[in-house]
Amino acid sequence: MLVANGLECVRGGRRLFRAVGFELDPGTALEVQGANGSGKTSLLRMLCGLLAPAAGEILWNGADIRTLGEAYRGELVYLGHQNAIKDDLSALENLLVSETLAESAVTPAAARDSLARLGLAGCADLPTRVLSQGQKRRVALARLLFRERCRLWVLDEPFVALDQQAVREIAAIIAAQLGGGGIVVYTTHQEVAVAAPRRTELRLGR
Amino acid sequence: MSASAPLAAFACVLRRDLLLALRRRSDVATTLFFFVIVVTLFPLGVGPEMSLLRTMAPGVLWVAALLASMLALGRLFAGDYADGTLEQLVLAPHPLGLLVGAKIAAHWLVTGLPLVLLAPLLGLAFDMRAEALGTLTLSLLLGTPTLGLIGAIGAALTLGLRGAGLLLSLLVLPLYIPVLIFGAGAVEAVAGGLGPGAHLSVLGALLVLALFFAPWAAALALRISLE
Repeated sequence: MLVANGLECVRGGRRLFRAVGFELDPGTALEVQGANGSGKTSLLRMLCGLLAPAAGEILWNGADIRTLGEAYRGELVYLGHQNAIKDDLSALENLLVSETLAESAVTPAAARDSLARLGLAGCADLPTRVLSQGQKRRVALARLLFRERCRLWVLDEPFVALDQQAVREIAAIIAAQLGGGGIVVYTTHQEVAVAAPRRTELRLGR
Repeated sequence: MSASAPLAAFACVLRRDLLLALRRRSDVATTLFFFVIVVTLFPLGVGPEMSLLRTMAPGVLWVAALLASMLALGRLFAGDYADGTLEQLVLAPHPLGLLVGAKIAAHWLVTGLPLVLLAPLLGLAFDMRAEALGTLTLSLLLGTPTLGLIGAIGAALTLGLRGAGLLLSLLVLPLYIPVLIFGAGAVEAVAGGLGPGAHLSVLGALLVLALFFAPWAAALALRISLE
């Protein structure tokens, strides 16, 4: 269970939000909404422990995430608005590196399969610098297929740059994770229906 | 988590960074060329007086190696920072110091080790004697990893700042002084007929100290820079 209490975010001397709190049970989707600059990304980074809140606390199963360290990071998948893929490595190499680091049981064959599922069968061996924006996003999203065991997914604009078919595919992957008792926190500016046993919305900004 | 997991993560980052360096060979070449050019400028500027060149050689080679490795520091974390992979490294379920250590090791293998191997060749141009050349290589072998380790802390601290390059050199060069003194000192001691043992021991001690502390300090600095 993920609990946030009285979170406050200050960036560059300006307060973006204060007193933000929520409780997310397994199987809950939290959609974070708000205008540009309202602090959505900052909130997501706080949930990952990348950004320290100016006030408030974030608890994972009752323990502060700052004291949990690696145990918490093992439960977490974060997809930032940057794809975190290396231009000079192929899609396959990128996926193998990130999944080896995450301690997923990954083999080249399995990685190839999951890239194929996201429509990247023909370009798994190309350096990602020659791929389109949407294809790069798909490479980044392919990680999700290996992270069912992670109980918390934090996704910053997962659907950006994707075509409609890929959006449906990713929405289905997220729905399956929620159905399996995972927690998913995400932001999106697109109208995407994500099927969830429970869903909550959080609106940042005035 | 199995016992070999941290090792696998270390190997994974090391392999990735070496592979990236292999795909972008020009980055490595610029550091080497810089080293060669700086070293060859001195005989051109000072004139072809052999005894003078021989006296200057240890200092010149060491200062050039120091500047070259500092020049390469900017690339240590900048690429990963720009494309978001650094965030993923920080969020990986492993001690960040270990992963940073792997990055520093890869960085030294592609920028430090070639300097070490090239230095004796350049030393020949300064008419250095054989034992002095041997000591030069050994002192660089012990010293350049320390430069990389100390520099990593500076690179992590200045990550994402405007004018990071200049700030980095101001931050890191003073910390390089002990390595320079004992590194060049070892070669001068041999040239003067003394043993290099004491100097090399100090260099070794500095390396052990840096190996122990620098990756964790750099990891801490990275977390701050990412906020």
